[in-house]
Amino acid sequence: MTVLRTAVDRGAAEYQANRAALLEKIAALDADHAKAVGGGGEKYVARHHQRGKLLVRERIELLVDPGAPFLELSPLAAWGTDYTVGASVVTGIGVVNGVECVINGSDPTVRGGASNPYTLKKVLRANQIALENRLPVIGLVESGGADLPTQKEIFIPGGQMFRDLTRLSAAGIATIALVFGNSTAGGAYIPGMSDHVVMVADRAKVFLAGPPLVKMATGEESDDESLGGADMHSRLSGLADYFAADEQDAIRLGREIVGRLNWHKLGPAPEPDPEPPRYDAEDLLGIVPTDLKVPFDPREVIARLVDGSDFDEFKPRYGSSLVTGWAALHGYPIGILANARGVLFNEESQKAAQFIQLANRADTPLLFLQNTTGYMVGKEYEQRGIIKHGAQMINAVSNSTVPHLTVTMGASYGAGNYGMCGRAYAPRFLFTWPNAKSAVMGPAQLAGVLSIVARQAAEARGQEYDEAADTQMRGYVEAQIEEQSLAPFLSGMLYDDAVIDPRDTRTVLGIALSAAHNAPVQGAQGYGVFRL
Amino acid sequence: MRSVLVANRGEIARRVFRTCRELGLRTVAVFSDADAGSPHVDDADAAVRLPGSAAVDTYLRADLIIDAARRAGADAIHPGYGFLSENASFARGVLDAGLAWIGPPPEAVESMGGKIESKRLMAAAGVPVLAELDPLTVTETDLPVLIKASAGGGGRGMRIVTTLDELPREIELAQAEAQSAFGDPTVFCEPYLPTGRHIEVQVLADTHGTVWTIGERECSIQRRHQKVVEEAPSPLVERVDGMRAQLFESAAAAARTIGYTGAGTVEFLADEAGRFFFLEMNTRLQVEHPVTECTTGLDLVALQLEIADGARLAPNPPATQGHSIEVRLYAEDPAHGWQPQSGTLHRLAIPGVATQFTVGRTASGLRLDSGVRDGSVVSVHYDPMLAKVISWAPTRQQAARMLSEALARAQLHGITTNRDLLVNVLRHKAFLDGETDTAFLETHDVFAPLVADDAVAALAAALAIDATRRKPRGVPSGWRNVPSQPQLITLGDRAVEFRFTRDGLQSIEGVELVSAAPHAVVLDVDGVRRRFDVARYGDTIHVDSPDGGARFDIAPRFVDPAELVTAGSLIAPMPGSIVRIAVAVGDRVAAGAPVLWLEAMKMQHQISAPVAGVLSELPVSVGQQIEVGAVLAVLTEDEPEEQPK
Repeated sequence: MTVLRTAVDRGAAEYQANRAALLEKIAALDADHAKAVGGGGEKYVARHHQRGKLLVRERIELLVDPGAPFLELSPLAAWGTDYTVGASVVTGIGVVNGVECVINGSDPTVRGGASNPYTLKKVLRANQIALENRLPVIGLVESGGADLPTQKEIFIPGGQMFRDLTRLSAAGIATIALVFGNSTAGGAYIPGMSDHVVMVADRAKVFLAGPPLVKMATGEESDDESLGGADMHSRLSGLADYFAADEQDAIRLGREIVGRLNWHKLGPAPEPDPEPPRYDAEDLLGIVPTDLKVPFDPREVIARLVDGSDFDEFKPRYGSSLVTGWAALHGYPIGILANARGVLFNEESQKAAQFIQLANRADTPLLFLQNTTGYMVGKEYEQRGIIKHGAQMINAVSNSTVPHLTVTMGASYGAGNYGMCGRAYAPRFLFTWPNAKSAVMGPAQLAGVLSIVARQAAEARGQEYDEAADTQMRGYVEAQIEEQSLAPFLSGMLYDDAVIDPRDTRTVLGIALSAAHNAPVQGAQGYGVFRL
Repeated sequence: MRSVLVANRGEIARRVFRTCRELGLRTVAVFSDADAGSPHVDDADAAVRLPGSAAVDTYLRADLIIDAARRAGADAIHPGYGFLSENASFARGVLDAGLAWIGPPPEAVESMGGKIESKRLMAAAGVPVLAELDPLTVTETDLPVLIKASAGGGGRGMRIVTTLDELPREIELAQAEAQSAFGDPTVFCEPYLPTGRHIEVQVLADTHGTVWTIGERECSIQRRHQKVVEEAPSPLVERVDGMRAQLFESAAAAARTIGYTGAGTVEFLADEAGRFFFLEMNTRLQVEHPVTECTTGLDLVALQLEIADGARLAPNPPATQGHSIEVRLYAEDPAHGWQPQSGTLHRLAIPGVATQFTVGRTASGLRLDSGVRDGSVVSVHYDPMLAKVISWAPTRQQAARMLSEALARAQLHGITTNRDLLVNVLRHKAFLDGETDTAFLETHDVFAPLVADDAVAALAAALAIDATRRKPRGVPSGWRNVPSQPQLITLGDRAVEFRFTRDGLQSIEGVELVSAAPHAVVLDVDGVRRRFDVARYGDTIHVDSPDGGARFDIAPRFVDPAELVTAGSLIAPMPGSIVRIAVAVGDRVAAGAPVLWLEAMKMQHQISAPVAGVLSELPVSVGQQIEVGAVLAVLTEDEPEEQPK
């Protein structure tokens, strides 16, 4: 047991400046979240309420256990696009009747809950989380189907939504559909592919084709209720297992279904009474520099995340630009890899590869705290085999089977993003702080590289280089790369699971770890060939 | 005398047992089925079951009680008050069985048992009386009149009549109630004094001719002719020079006239000038005897037993000291027509109680005579009095203040009580000024709840509920990374919204959370720290503070539609039995027309049609025992008439 010490000076100007800058970013994040909460806007929200319907977040609040946390996933989906922030769907992890579930509910106030390409990505990501972490899925269904103008982007890949449901079911993970409204055509397969189906009286509308299309196809006269009402499906087709009198009743039934799943978590239980960290999470705002070029000691962060601020460091004297060690978070044992001075050198890479293997041997989940500018470049490091060493680290990360959680605290550039378990390395969960940036390289470096290449090309052709155009180009590229490396933009692209307030990191990771422990926690049996 | 059976229940049985134990007498209880788990059963050395629950089957069964005494080896019977306490044939039966009777001679009981007879007797003895009226000859000029049950007591069968039209119906109802309560339908009328003072004198007489008058009591504050607040001495008697001596003289004359022995009470109605008229004599121990015990230091039950054993009283009674006030804590809802309440009393705790059932006159203190304990079930069969709380202090102001504070802080859980009303009375200026009369409760606004605005109490309840919820330690309740709405707990008709944020509790403006645990919540309310004690019983939650208590029903988050009742259903407002049904399925009923009558707590409640319609369902029958909330009948409402086009 080693209790971390802190050197944070709250009175320092730097601390105050960092804090002020981060608070500003958090305020912007809150504003973005409010857009998602606002759904389709006041008019559509009012209309929805007038129809006696609950908003998607009201449905979720009623579905989850009172007082229990709800971690919303991908709330900024479609940020920076023409679509509404949140992508007309809410997904998240909530506790229903004591069982952690993935909840996914359409927001009917946003274009009738129709799916756009971001909606699809968001739902598929939630399904992936359910499958990897073995979490029952509850769908709150009320969607107009596909956003037709973008059908080319969603029709073909969209089939995975239905495939996911039956694959979850095959994996022994319960799928529950509570149908509040439209669920027609392709959407009809959501209840169709679910294990348990509840439909709301006079509201649910589940059919392959509605009256006009039926009329066109066969000449048959019909109506919504006889084709796909809750009464019909619960008495005649058997597609509905439960007939709900109203929305509240559907949610009540949904909770009862979960209560009868006989659900048991397969991962080990946490230590019962974890000690809170000894230091205040408020300090995280003052610790993280406004300028990502300024490194900071990740132990100050770890001291504010882990139980009792207790952290046993592994190989502290070797490869000191990467901090590795053991701790517990909300009672769950974890191994932590945290960048200390941004750059990953040969030693750091080898240290990481070894540490990841040790964690797998001990069935211990891993937490990656990213603040990296990438692997070191230059003659010396290339000659010492930085590619081989980086490859060892990436091999270990890729084949590790314990749950991985990644938090982008600052920079996440280049192959460092890969080695530190970026999105492509399939961490169970990935969260980003609002100040974080991620790109293949820094905007200035990228613009500079483009400039050097262009200059060389001009010289090769014997042309004079247009310096004015170069300055303009560099400015433009820098601005564009900067914008596209920011946290909300990347979150909008579904490259993380949420941008979070740094002060919430311990809570968010606790929820994520607890969710991950629904599945067995088992280390890797084998890796790719390590190039030694 | 070695062993005493108390032919009663509740607090009075416990009160008598306490003295018996002190005097080295063995104790025998009797109990109905409804009382099988009552404290008075446990207090006794032996107990005998009286099968059934209705009073007529149990505590009014003289034969069973005398048999019980024989079986349990009791050689004396104390009747308590109510039930058979003023039944001369029971007294005679006890004596005929060779047992000692702790009470006056049966002849004395008899002469006072009929109120009509007793008034004539008193008038003859020179005791001032009010004229008696024959119900059949009452005229306009006699109004208003009071109908009384001849065999009655405790206000049952009493009705005020202000117009001649209503007289026959009221007499009929009074007769029915008298029959049901006392087994005797005889009623009479007398002029009704709308505002008077109820003054009574405690009498104690031995078998050797000594009669004590040991202080008066004033019991003017009454509801439905039942006493609610009683005190000694009387503020009126204190005020009017010479009144006490006249009262005592009349009371002693009354007792002597009928050859009274033991403890008895002569009741008078007095006006503000101090003139008084004989009402009746209660030939038994009174409910409110503790105030006399507190001001005299006497144990009246001990004296009853000793007199029955032939003891002699000293020539003069002791002097009285200080002031004592008793309140009767009833399971009833004063704000809703005093409707009696039944159910489980989860907790009754009065802070600062110094003694229970004992005279125990300390420098100042509270006495509690309670017939219940935590978890007791208050049934519909008997009087809804839960306990008596008595204070004694050197002055009336102090006694009132002590009592009102203790009541305000009391924990009374599970059943609605008249506590708030009692506190309001004790704190009312008119009461403190001694301006009390029998119309006090009709003429003073004392019905407001102590906690008038229960928003903060509701928040405390919600926070206590939240504190019991299972959630990861260290994760704030209801944590959201994307907050969209507050947490909601619905308590009765209050929707309590709250949210825990990084900046603390967000709920009521100016209220901050200091700490919240399942049983205690501390809030900072506009800069003042206040503590709330919280107790939860199923879906009911009580919040207590020095300012009073609040009770909330926790609304379920979800309602199973199958549990919802059909619209148009008439619901039983309380448990009871169906005594009469006026209509049959298919009958058309007018709005307000009676559908059926429910007897509960010895009162008949009429269940009327809320709207005009046709009776479509009648799932109950006469004699059936029903629970509160049961559907009694279903009415299909008439379609509104079409407007002419």
